Amino acid sequence: MELVETDLGATLSTLLGLAWLIPLGSFVAILFFGPKMGPHGRNSAWVATGAIGTSFVLSLFAFGNWMVTHPPVSGHHGDDHGVSEEAGHDDHAAWDVQDRAGKTPASFVNFAEEHGEAASDGHADEHGDDHAEAHAADGHAEHHDDHGHGEHAAEKIAYSGDWYRLYSSPSLVLSIGWYIDSLTVFLFVMVTFIATCIHVYASGYMHDELHDITDHEVTLASGEHLHRPGRFPRFFQALSLFCFSMLGIVIAGNLAMVFMFWELVGICSWFLIGFYFERKSASTAANKAFIVNRVGDFGMLIGLMALWGALGTLHFGDSVSVDADGHQVVQPGLFSLVRPAENGHALQVPDGMVVAAAANRVGDIASVVSPEEARAVVEEQVSGWRARGYGNWLLVIAGLGIFCGCMGKSAQVPLHVWLPDAMEGPTPVSALVHSATMVAAGVYLTGRFYPVLSPDVLVVIAYIGAITLFIAATIALVCTDIKRVLAYSTVSQLGYMMLALGLGGWVAGLFHLVTHAFFKSLLFMCSGSVIHACHTNDMRRMGGLLKKMPYTGWTMLVGCLAIIGAGIPFSLGGLHIGLSGYYSKDAILAQALVYSRVNESHALLWYAAAGGAAMTAFYMFRLWFMTFLGEPRDEHVAEHVHESPAVMTAPLVVLAVMAVIAGWSIGPLGVAALLEQARPLGTAAGMTGGGLLTAAVTVPAEAASHAPEVHVYATWVAFATASSGVLLAAVFYVWRLINPGLIATTLRPVYTFLENKWYFDEIYEWIFVKPAHGVAMLASANDRGIIDSILHLVAWASRQLAAVDAWVDRVVVDGVVNTLASVTWSSGLRLRDLQTGRLRQYVMFIVVGTVAIFLLASMMLSTTVASP
Amino acid sequence: MNLLSDPVGVSHYLVVGALLFTTGVVCMVVKRNALGVLMGIELVLNGANVNFVAFGSPVLRGEQASLLGLDGQAMALFVILLAAAEAAVALAITLNFYNNHATVDVDRADDLKG
Repeated sequence: MELVETDLGATLSTLLGLAWLIPLGSFVAILFFGPKMGPHGRNSAWVATGAIGTSFVLSLFAFGNWMVTHPPVSGHHGDDHGVSEEAGHDDHAAWDVQDRAGKTPASFVNFAEEHGEAASDGHADEHGDDHAEAHAADGHAEHHDDHGHGEHAAEKIAYSGDWYRLYSSPSLVLSIGWYIDSLTVFLFVMVTFIATCIHVYASGYMHDELHDITDHEVTLASGEHLHRPGRFPRFFQALSLFCFSMLGIVIAGNLAMVFMFWELVGICSWFLIGFYFERKSASTAANKAFIVNRVGDFGMLIGLMALWGALGTLHFGDSVSVDADGHQVVQPGLFSLVRPAENGHALQVPDGMVVAAAANRVGDIASVVSPEEARAVVEEQVSGWRARGYGNWLLVIAGLGIFCGCMGKSAQVPLHVWLPDAMEGPTPVSALVHSATMVAAGVYLTGRFYPVLSPDVLVVIAYIGAITLFIAATIALVCTDIKRVLAYSTVSQLGYMMLALGLGGWVAGLFHLVTHAFFKSLLFMCSGSVIHACHTNDMRRMGGLLKKMPYTGWTMLVGCLAIIGAGIPFSLGGLHIGLSGYYSKDAILAQALVYSRVNESHALLWYAAAGGAAMTAFYMFRLWFMTFLGEPRDEHVAEHVHESPAVMTAPLVVLAVMAVIAGWSIGPLGVAALLEQARPLGTAAGMTGGGLLTAAVTVPAEAASHAPEVHVYATWVAFATASSGVLLAAVFYVWRLINPGLIATTLRPVYTFLENKWYFDEIYEWIFVKPAHGVAMLASANDRGIIDSILHLVAWASRQLAAVDAWVDRVVVDGVVNTLASVTWSSGLRLRDLQTGRLRQYVMFIVVGTVAIFLLASMMLSTTVASP
Repeated sequence: MNLLSDPVGVSHYLVVGALLFTTGVVCMVVKRNALGVLMGIELVLNGANVNFVAFGSPVLRGEQASLLGLDGQAMALFVILLAAAEAAVALAITLNFYNNHATVDVDRADDLKG
């Protein structure tokens, strides 16, 4: 047991590392050999599905390993709706469990001990009962928990390390590394599971791509439709790369690596949205997604620079290295810097940021004393400077910057505009990339980076989330495209997650991320099945499909019930029964309620969350009623409808089961308890702060939302809003008591406003796109008018110069050569006359010549002789 | 210097050689028959030979015959040898020319005229 414990970090990193890299292998294989894999690359689906399936199995192994060595020690209170006496009693039982666990020292192997750094951990010397009691005491002391339940500062168990260092210098280490806690392990299982389902589904959905395709949405200049070869392998190639990138984000041990895979996910999304790139709408949507994400990533880069510039590290966890003398050197990671153990893991502005913000003062000191003394003086002064607020802004900027990236990826207002357009991609892509995983990356990173976020940033996150959930929900009310309803619903649910995180509901937000991933991928795949059958996205042409598509219809109903958080709002013998969304959404609402009670001025957040729940119920059931109930609206469409093949319905059923049970917890086993294990150190207590961006706020401890009077109220509100939404939808679309068209006419301005998606696209068109085009036209005119004319002038001058040069060449140089040649030629012509061919004449020449030379020589000789 | 009154010396031989040479040259120039031209060549060569022998003779030069100087005679022998070889080649050429042109008139041999 002991041995297994100490090796767990290595085992997990190996298992998850393999699970992470196998899709990359599949990508490379399909990239090079895809078209050769069977007829039309048919077998590439097997390769990709096999790869992600293997990843899923490996992740399950890792998950099993984790559950064996670090079982969740208590039933999470997120499940304890309306805690009764019995529930309180259960809590004590749970404490006993933790006690027992505490007696096994191995259970408390935490990150610090793992790296032989026991001394830096305030609690590491405590064992057994003392340990658990100490924490219990801490919990009571820190969290004002009047009811004596629900709080314990569990040791966070996390493993981190580096596989490979890309670059290393004293001020910067770029590495490929891992940071593994229960969140990582669980997200691995979730992502690979959903991805496997979607791979299977896509191998059926994409069968059109196995042969040549005539794309009826693309008309060529010749007036014919585009005819192109199928791109089956290419689709699975991109899916594999996407899985690799997404898992890379989840396992990443530092922000630099997160950023790399962040961008990889972006490019995969671009590939997949633009899969039908011949369609203008698809290529535009792909570009839009990429560019909008770039805007967010710009903010993220600023955040990265703020962190690296001030702190000199981007690692999440501490990293241990061995120096030249053989001593272990602990390089604290971001989390330890921001929430140092000696400070009880409470948020404080790290020294690096204080010093960076007080650069002027440091400069003053350094100008007076020697560098060594200056270092000492600065270290003395740091706490004083911190008290005076130096560096607060830097921390806020770092947090806002990273959150900016998350806004782009997770489609938060105002960067949400790309997600609905991303529905141009094939439906499996929408399901995997744009509902279950990629957009989850933003929420995941916000959760991962949570310890560094200050109250100011959290308020911003909460408001962005609330605005997003409200705006997206209102737009979804009037959409008629089935996929767009789901897209806006995704945006809205992401808003919920961000809202929860911003309100301090760390577990609630990530819990909703997990449950949402299951039911939203289910909903998207159901909609894909419907589109596959109807060949249209327009809900106004559907209706009455339930009889013809029973599997799709009923699984979609499960998805709808899960997303609205259907469940029984009171305790049945201590049990709370509901679908997965019931648990996670109630946790968010409870957190919002607590927050609004603690901070009266922010009560709006609670109303937004509650109102959003009603709208969610309305638009989801509007979708379901319009699609599956009533009479077919379009006979032509209804005729051809048929249930999808088993390869598509089987994943639906699997996911439907998951959508039901994902929120359940059996004893201490449950998603929420598992997430509670991964809660960042020091965030359980809640915190008070802010004052930079808003008035000071108190972020309540998440445990407070489990208090009975809060939770019961929140649960009933959730139930009431959801049922009113469903009822309203039924009134409109099932019983048809009110004609929705009448409402639309009555509220014409509102309806038009919503139908045009709050005019976001138009506003961006006027604020960004048009000016950008204007600038581009100016630049183009400058290019053509000025730069080109200079270039043309230079070219013209060169030509003139060249003409002169050519003349010199032709006349002078060639002239000399030609003259020489012609002289040689003509003299040769003349000399040839001498060559008569008459032997006797030659002899004559010889004789005469000899005589002449003789005479000449004798004459010259005689003069030479005579001259002296 | 009177050749007729002087005892026979190198000069007399030179005169004979010059006469032979001149006769040969004239023969080469005026004869159209290739064989005549060849004969002229022989005369020219032998005119030169006479000069070699005369100059090579220590007796004629009036020197002591202490040294066995036979350079001129050796050269004369080479020339004779060459003349024989030349005659053989030249006669072969002539014969071939005759075979081709049915004549030995050297004026007709102007195929390589420029």
